[in-house]
Order: sequence, then C-alpha cells, then structure tokens
Amino acid sequence: MSRTPLDTVEHAAATPDVELPWAELGLKKDEYERVVEILGRRPTGAELAMYSVMWSEHCSYKSSKVHLRQFGEKAPQSDALLVGIGENAGVVDVGQGYAVTFKVESHNHPSYVEPYQGAATGVGGIVRDIIAMGARPVAVVDPLRFGAADHPDTKRVLPGVVAGIGGYGNCLGLPNIGGEVVFDACYQGNPLVNAGAIGVMRHEDIHLAKASGAGNKVILYGARTGGDGIGGASILASETFDDAKPSKRPAVQVGDPFQEKLLIECTLEAFREKLVVGIQDLGAAGLSCATSELASNGSGGMRVTLDDVPLRDSTLSPEEILMSESQERMCAVVEPDKVDRFLEICEKWDVIATVIGEVTDGDRLEIFWHGEKIVDVNPRTVAHEGPVYERPYARPEWQDALQADDANKLSRPETGEELKAQVLKLVGSPNQASKKWITSQYDHFVQGNTVLAQPEDSGMIRVDEETGLGVAIATDGNGRYAKLDPYTGAQLALAEAYRNVATTGAKPLAVSDCLNFGSPEDPAVMWQFAEAVRGLADGCLQLGTPVTGGNVSLYNQTGEAAIHPTPVVAVLGVIDDVARRTPVAFQEEGQLIYLLGDTREEFGGSAWSQVIHDHLGGLPPQVDLERERLLAEILISASRDGMIDSAHDLSDGGLVQAVVESALLGGKGARLVVPDGLDAFTFLFSESAGRAIVAVPRSEEVRFNDMCGARGLPATRIGVVDGDAVEVQGEFSLPLAELREAHEGTIPALLA
Amino acid sequence: MTARIGVVTFPGSLDDRDTRRAIRIAGAEPVALWHKDKDLKQVDAVVLCGGFSYGDYLRAGAIARFSPVMEPLVEQAKAGLPVLGICNGFQILTEAHLLPGAMLGNDHLHFICRDQKLRVENAETSWTADYRAGQEIHIPLKNMDGRYVADAYTLDKLEAEGRVAFRYLDFNPNGSLNDIAGITNEAGNVVGLMPHPEHAVEPLIGTGRTDGLPFFTSILKKLVGA
Repeated sequence: MSRTPLDTVEHAAATPDVELPWAELGLKKDEYERVVEILGRRPTGAELAMYSVMWSEHCSYKSSKVHLRQFGEKAPQSDALLVGIGENAGVVDVGQGYAVTFKVESHNHPSYVEPYQGAATGVGGIVRDIIAMGARPVAVVDPLRFGAADHPDTKRVLPGVVAGIGGYGNCLGLPNIGGEVVFDACYQGNPLVNAGAIGVMRHEDIHLAKASGAGNKVILYGARTGGDGIGGASILASETFDDAKPSKRPAVQVGDPFQEKLLIECTLEAFREKLVVGIQDLGAAGLSCATSELASNGSGGMRVTLDDVPLRDSTLSPEEILMSESQERMCAVVEPDKVDRFLEICEKWDVIATVIGEVTDGDRLEIFWHGEKIVDVNPRTVAHEGPVYERPYARPEWQDALQADDANKLSRPETGEELKAQVLKLVGSPNQASKKWITSQYDHFVQGNTVLAQPEDSGMIRVDEETGLGVAIATDGNGRYAKLDPYTGAQLALAEAYRNVATTGAKPLAVSDCLNFGSPEDPAVMWQFAEAVRGLADGCLQLGTPVTGGNVSLYNQTGEAAIHPTPVVAVLGVIDDVARRTPVAFQEEGQLIYLLGDTREEFGGSAWSQVIHDHLGGLPPQVDLERERLLAEILISASRDGMIDSAHDLSDGGLVQAVVESALLGGKGARLVVPDGLDAFTFLFSESAGRAIVAVPRSEEVRFNDMCGARGLPATRIGVVDGDAVEVQGEFSLPLAELREAHEGTIPALLA
Repeated sequence: MTARIGVVTFPGSLDDRDTRRAIRIAGAEPVALWHKDKDLKQVDAVVLCGGFSYGDYLRAGAIARFSPVMEPLVEQAKAGLPVLGICNGFQILTEAHLLPGAMLGNDHLHFICRDQKLRVENAETSWTADYRAGQEIHIPLKNMDGRYVADAYTLDKLEAEGRVAFRYLDFNPNGSLNDIAGITNEAGNVVGLMPHPEHAVEPLIGTGRTDGLPFFTSILKKLVGA
C-alpha cells in the first residue's frame, strides 16, 4: 500500500483515478464499487482497509445473513432471554438476580496454519466477548474436529491445538469443562477448532457495545498494537486454502494469556466502579471493528487520533494499525470525569491504557493521522450495511444416492463372539475412545466451582455458593448425520446437547451455535447450510430454547472437498441446586439400569457403521423433539427428587458405548438383558435419538416407574449395576480391565 | 477470635479467590494481600496461591519473587511466620530460597490436571498437623512446571530430616525426584507443594473430596489453639 503521500480524505477526493489494491484485500469488484458509491469518491487506503475487513465473510456474515434471520423470526417466546443476537454474546436470566452470557466461536483456519497460536487466540477471543458483556468468565468448552486419527498431519495439528487451548485457558484461570473431540478424514485439511465460554454477572452489570454521549472518551487498553494478524478475518477466514498462495502464517495472531488475565481483572474492576458506558473487545478486524461498531451502535459519531494508539512496531502504517488483529486489546467508552479513575485501575494492573478519541455529535467516524483526516465514513456503512448475498443453493445430485446407500443393510454380527469383538473395537475406536489424554491437559478445577467436567454429559459450574444455583453447558454436533440430512443433522445436534444438559439434572434454557461449513460459493454447500439453519431454527422454536448468538465459519474446504456440514450446538441450562446433579458414573452395585425411550433399527451415520464398515450412507436417526422434551423433564424431575443416581445420554456408539462409559467411570460393571422385542445387535448399537440410561436405586424403582408410566415415557429395565464386567446375558461378557485398556489406550497410543 | 490468613495476589495469580474461600470454610479469616504492597497487614499466616504469576514467562515464580510484598514475607517467614506455597506459590518459595530445590517443566512436556494420590510424610508442620503421618490422600494436581529437582546433597538432607512433606503415590505425574510432591523448611513453618489443597475442601466441587481441608484447619488450630 502506498504511504507517500499520505492518502488523506482530501487527497482521495482529488485523485479519483488512483488504483487501490481492493482485490488483494479480499473485496470483490462490485463490493469495491459500492464503497465508492457510499462515499461518493474513492476510499482512502485506511477506509479501504476498514471496509475490506468489515465486509469480509467472517465479519459481515454476507452469505449467511439471509438464512440466519430465521433465528430471530422463529425465536420462541422466552422470559429468560435478556440480550439476544447481535451483541458480543447473548445473555440469559438464570434466576436469583444472576445472568449468564455464553457463546461459541470458530478459530478453524488459523488453527490449521499455526495450531498452538490459532487455538490459543480462539480461546482469548471468545473470553473477551464474554468480558465485554460485563461478566466474569467462569468456564470454557472446546468442540474440536480433526482429520483421521492416524494421519501424520493430525499428529501435528491436534497436540498443538490442545496445548494452545490449555496454554491459554489454564493461564487465564478458566476451568475447561466440556467439548468434544471428533476425528474424520473430511477434516484433514480443515480442522474445526471451536471455542465456547460462559460468564456470570448480576442483571444490573450487563454492558453493551455502544458509544453514546458526545464528549465521552474512547480508551484503548491492553496490549500494544503490532503487525500480527493483519487481515486475519478477510484473508484467512474468508478464503479457501490453496497451495499456490504464499504462507499465511503472518496473518495468524499470537496470544499472551497473561496480558488477557490482567485485562479481565482490570475490566471487571472498572465495571464494579461503574466507570464504563460502552465496551467492545478487539478481535477480528481489530480497531476497524471496534470503532465502527461502537459508533454505529451508539447515538453519535466518533473521532479517533490514530497516532495515540500504543504500538509494538513504530513502522506500522495507519492502514495496518486499523487492520491489525493483535490480541488482548479492548476499547471502552468512559465519561470524561471518570477517565482518571479508569486509567488508575489500568495502572494498578500494569495494563497500558490510552485515550484515543471521543464520541462526537453527528454520524461520522473520523480518524486522524499526523493531524490529517484519513477516514471519514458513516460507521453504519462499515459495521452493519455490508453486502448481503442471496447465494444460489441447490440440493446436491449425490444426496439421493447417499441416502439410498442404507446402513441398515450392512452385514451385522451374528454370534455373541462377533458382538463382543465389535463392542471392543467400537469403544476403542478413536472417536469413541476416552479423551482423557487430551482433557487432562486442561485445568478443570480452577475457580473452585466446577461441579461436573468432561467426560460428564455436560459441564456444570456453581454460580452461587449459598444457594447452590448452577449452570450447565453441553456442546454437540455430528457431521456424519448432517451430511446425510443437514436439516435433521442440525436438529440431532440440538437434541443431543439439550439431552446432555438434562441428563445432568439441569433445565435447558438457551442455545448458541457454531456453524462450520464449506464454501458458500458452492450451491451444494449453501444448500447444506440453509437446511441446517432451517432445522436448527425450527428445532429451537419447538424446544423453546432461543438462539442467543453464535458464529458462522465458511470456506472450510480444500479445493473441491468441503468438510461434512458441521453445525455445533451449545445448550445452556440451569439447575437450582448443584447438589442434585446427576453424574455419568455408576454409583452403587445393585442399582437398576433403565433404558428410557424407544430403540429402532437406526444405523445411518452411526459410529458402528463407521468403525466396522467404514460406511456413511442412509438416513440419520429420526428426531422427535416432543419426546426429547419429555425425556428431559423426566430426567430433571428424577434428579431433583433423588430417584436416580446416575444417567447417561445415548448418542454415537449407542447403548453399549454409554454403559461402558458409566461402568468404567464408576469402576462398577453391569449385567444386561436384551429386552423383549429387540435383537442384541440393535439393542447395543442403534443410535435412535431421545434415549438415556439411568441407574435407579431399588428403593426408588416403584416411584420412578410410576412417574415414567404416568408421563408416557417408555422405561425398560435392562439390567443391574454389578460385578467387574459388562455382560450381556446369553451373548458375551467383557471384563472392565479389558474394556478400559481398549477405551483408554487408543488416544495416547496415537498421539502421545 | 480467629486467625487472619493472608493470600497474596500477584499479576497472573489464579487461585487467590479459591484459597480465600478455603480459608473461610476452615473457619479462619482470609485477608487479601496485594503484590505491590510491602505490607502483610499483620496477618498470622500467608498463603502464596497457584497461578501463572507474570505468565511464568521467565521461569515459574522467578519474577514474582521480586515483588515488593516478598520483602516482608521473606523476612517474617525466616522469623517463623507460617507460609504455605501452593503450585506457583511453591515455585515462588523456591525462587525466594525459603525452600530448597527448584521446579522444572514436567518430564512429559504437557500440562497435567488430575486427581492425585499422595502420602503425607510429615504431619508435624504448621500446615499438616491435622493429618496423620503415612495418611493417603487425594488432592487435585494441575501444572506445567511441577518436576521437583535438587542436588543429591539437598535431597539426602531433606530425606534425612523428614522434610519431604508429601510424596506422589502410584503415579509420578511430572518426574519429580524421589516422588516429591511437597517439602517443608527446617522449622516446619514454611511448606510448599504442587497439588492444590484449596480445590479439595468441599464435597461436590472438583473431585468431590475434602482431603485438602486439613491444611487450613491445621494452621487455624496452631494459631488459635484447638
């Protein structure tokens, strides 16, 4: 970019014919022409920098917006929703005056280029979103997807990602309480690194990203601005990878969790003293985003002196300063008489803070450099009035053939010995194996409020020490199901996360999502996206759980090969007293194991079809959201009234996977009997949705059965907690020691 | 009248609030201390809690050891003030030479978080009197730099004088010499360990065990009499 002479607004107006590198910055020709039309002249270099990052797919949601509207249009009535879509993160009322904010975001592309820093800064970004709402972050979760477990590149990407998440999150003092790790060859060149965070605050502490009140000061605080991550959002997150292009490593940001920890404490202290009018974190698109969004959401304009931005590298051009995605920075709007106190608090925490501008009357965002005006725009046109695309979409031709390739017709085990061998193979397969090697690199205990953490069905955090009020969160997604049928796949992800929250005893309240897809320029991918969004919006409406916010990650594609459509859904729940939580582990011998729900012959997209036959075809399990709701109500009531001592949701891997996990975690075996009307194979491996297993103390059996009977939920007694093996009567018996070796040995053998 | 126990917050301290909670649960009064103050506020004992002070960027505990608060702390610890260092706090105590030896990165090069089994080897320090010698307990462990090392002379001396306070049982999580999880100074008023007793003080929370509570009841009894 040319830096001499300085490309001021005046200069731009006088030199209409100067060619600007809009294509290199990721803008399309018609997009550039719209910028010129909006401004009535060519943009300055600095303005071009701002528009190019803010109009990128990552920041503007230009391809997804028309579909995402459904989350608002179909939003269920919910008294719990305090802040909805559009802010840094949604906020939900959890009672007793507490509000909880949560969100899931993607950091997929950077994590492939530079696994450690990509994943680390993903955690950093989502945590700043939470702080910006006024909340103290209390936990993180990490849904992760990698290529084949035995592929050499997975050994490069996964350990780096896990170390990055741990290195950043552990250093921030945030317990990591949930998430997923999934392997599939479709993610080989496009791993999915999604990061979620939860924060807790009092209702009155909610803060928003808006700059209002002319004369109020704009304070940039946190790390100095450097050359890292320039164009991260536009170049890295919004294009597919291509071997021919130069390395994108310089577009990946570098994280400093220590700085972020100081930022958290210093921000919370400023909130406590009511010093902050509006606040925005600096993530994708850096200062371009923070200034334009704050101004656009507020009542007036903003004037910024870019020379006052503290720099790590004094040679940075104004364009680079505006585009830099240096981490650990925030922007606060503070009344003039409170500025001194705000700066004092920053000083206490050794955080650099600088007044870089002020809120003005009018509707212009003006940015100055060396006394000259280099940006003069209406901030709405940058932040909110970017292009919107109605991308063409069409059901791919191969979809019919895929669905016709019925997994129910695959050859099945016939003898007890064959069943036994397949169970062992299933629970030891990378996707079904214990992820302890990974999760033990994350701190689960810090903050001293962790009630449940992975491998529990949902993570649970105590919110109030006196009353025992708590929140639970589960994230789920199944790209295989979504590939077979994106509408149903998205609903299955929602249903599973919803169920996972309920199995721990919490009431599901709200949803955040991270929608990971291939290129929106491919009509087949766009159809998958449209279907998934429609499915999720319909599902949320039916379950009464509004989508509070989330993130879309497109272009997860290398060449022609897109990832499986992978909507990841996070469900947040509340529990009145964490003392009533239900764990996965079997607690006591002699307790009765009940299967709740209906089991059908459903193997499309199943773990069994993948592990035994390397097959993906047919239809995913049916969804019955009314049944999910009933199941959840029963699980919550049973937990509250002490009728069950453990519970585990049934999902990938089916019943046998769930029983093995409950047995291994509790160190207690199970004797199972195949119920009437089912064959052993379907009983063990089917992935019918809307099911869970529970362990019922004998003294509670009558009461529990009565409740299920009265509410119309099928409850089948399938066995008893007993011994040191998982035994299926008349079929096989597998000692816990053998199961443990298969289940826990796989991941360390592949990755350690 | 109860004991006032200070908890120092350094930049990057993580378990300061948790430690204050543990002190409260034990029945003592927690007092927040700030690293920039050369003032211990006349507390009866001090806990240096876990975390990543100064990001652990130089060497765990190496920068915090020069904080203003460490000046009165080192001086008074030498005069008998009870001091407990947990994880990063233990690292700071070795950096400050209140305890011998040093901590290196875990031998497997990963952060590790687990429910760790320990044996109480010395139940006579200010912080361990509520345990029995030989008692086996479970305390959460979570660290990156937990490998205790010292020269042979120091190790022999620690062993001979019974100053190994805690030893890892069944599994050595980081390659610490002699399976050492925690040590005490000669006087028994300064104790450091890598596992986190403040995370094992409430049923239901964390691992659901309360094996860490005796640290805090031990010091309370010592200070106010049982």
